[in-house]
Amino acid sequence: MKIAVCVKQVPDSWAEKKMAGGLLDRANVDAVLNDLDEYAVEEALRLVEAHSPTGASGEGSGHSITIISMGPDRATEAIRKALSMGADDAILVTDPALSGSDALATSLVLATVIGANDFDLILCGTESTDARMSVIPAMLAQRLGFAQLTFAGSISVVPETSQITIARMTDVGVENMKAKLPAVVSVIEKINEPRYPSFKGIMASKKKTIEVKSLSDLGIDPDTVGMSAAWSEVKDAQARPPRAAGVKVVDDGNGGNALVDFLVEKRVI
Amino acid sequence: MSQVFILVDHVGGHITKATSELALFGNRIGEVTALIFSNESSPLLEELKTMYVDRAVVIEGINFDSYSAAPVARIVANLISEKSPSAFLVSSTVKGKEVAARAAVLTNSGLITDAIDLTSELVATQSIFGGSTTVHSQVTHGCAIVTLRSNSIEVEATTSNPVVETVVVSVDSFDPSALLDQVISLEATVSGGRPELTEAAIVVSGGRGTNGDFTPVEALADSLGAAVGASRAATDAGWYPHSHQVGQTGKTVSPQLYLACGISGAIQHRAGMQTSKMIIAVNKDAEAPIFDLVDFGVVGDLFAVLPQATAGILSKKS
Repeated sequence: MKIAVCVKQVPDSWAEKKMAGGLLDRANVDAVLNDLDEYAVEEALRLVEAHSPTGASGEGSGHSITIISMGPDRATEAIRKALSMGADDAILVTDPALSGSDALATSLVLATVIGANDFDLILCGTESTDARMSVIPAMLAQRLGFAQLTFAGSISVVPETSQITIARMTDVGVENMKAKLPAVVSVIEKINEPRYPSFKGIMASKKKTIEVKSLSDLGIDPDTVGMSAAWSEVKDAQARPPRAAGVKVVDDGNGGNALVDFLVEKRVI
Repeated sequence: MSQVFILVDHVGGHITKATSELALFGNRIGEVTALIFSNESSPLLEELKTMYVDRAVVIEGINFDSYSAAPVARIVANLISEKSPSAFLVSSTVKGKEVAARAAVLTNSGLITDAIDLTSELVATQSIFGGSTTVHSQVTHGCAIVTLRSNSIEVEATTSNPVVETVVVSVDSFDPSALLDQVISLEATVSGGRPELTEAAIVVSGGRGTNGDFTPVEALADSLGAAVGASRAATDAGWYPHSHQVGQTGKTVSPQLYLACGISGAIQHRAGMQTSKMIIAVNKDAEAPIFDLVDFGVVGDLFAVLPQATAGILSKKS
């Protein structure tokens, strides 16, 4: 199986996020590999471990895991983490013209990279913790003409028949879905427990290839991506005023009654 | 007059409340056409008559629940190209957002997700970064495709008599690439008679502090007619189903009242509930970050405070 895992570098989810010039200020916060993408990387590793005769990917095994990302040069740090977990190589699309790209442009770039290779399976997290749109996997499936199996809580693949089944966990319940590869699959954070990179993995990742591509390498017109080509624009952004401090009581045996009194006062009951 | 499409979301033969909210937003902008994907549309059309809808298009012939968002998006895109509506509004459900995403690709249209308000001029309000920042934005190309969170507007009933048009499709009507994935079986979430989490006016959530016993949380919820939520710690521990998770990677709720019980208030949880109108917390730890958000907080053991509150509420109601 040739697996691609799409990842994004995002501001640390614990950091305070601010807007700057209609965009998320990325320069002044710590950047990390999107938490939710780690589950996709882990799932790729587990699928290879389950199906490769040697339990590993790489040359001669018939299995490979390629990390794909779009972002500034600095995104190599996030990619390196995925490689240290055990992925084989990576492709980073970076170009000054990409700054401010919306989800449509991002999906176009990722689909172009994926389409130029011969992947069987595209794994993604369900969303990035910064933009939180949760639309890239569906857009990729649409652009590539691949099956869409999103919000997977478990995955099983039969490589011989190219059959893939997932348990899709959504608002309505659990849907068991099937398709033929190639497919775009997004995974929820209940699917596995991502491994910590081992020392050996970290050392090995330094020797792995991150292929850096520009828009012209991909044959994408710079005018179709970036902030000027985004099909939605931010008019203004304001920090929400902090909530005024409320009343805090210590339970002295009447805490529940105090809560009821508050609900009565606010006419909830 | 400009036209607006709304995607009718229906569960168990009923139109969701979030759909009536879409109709209200649509009505601000222009004439509302409701798109219904269902083979059993008569009860849905009946319910539609209480909403601000001018026209309905019923698309039937295949079971759309058996596929991903692909075939629905394909038909929506065709209808958008044909009728050129100024906007297409969708509820921010998992599948709704996927339909919106695909329709945006297919029609070369801009997309705004998780809006909480939308003006007649199609300016959307979004609450981002876990509710810490409010953004106004607008689609600048194609049809304005906007997904809206439920509980964003007070629903008002009306009487309408939409003109109905029916479109019959079959598997052969589709490009094969729209029918690549199939639902084999569905295990529907059992609501236990409680309201749907994202639509409920009141949500009572439990976290690590429950130690796995949600009985007092559920009892309090039932006394208030509320939905039950859970923190990631509680769902990770297997104490409550994932479908009830509130937070960054779960559901985002914005009820009139949110009660957090035994939840510390980590940023991942706050991202899913920070925009609630009123927040109450019960937690043993007086220093828990959740208390920074509350209108009212009780520092105490939830196993003592919650049953007392539940009894008090029930006696006030009787």
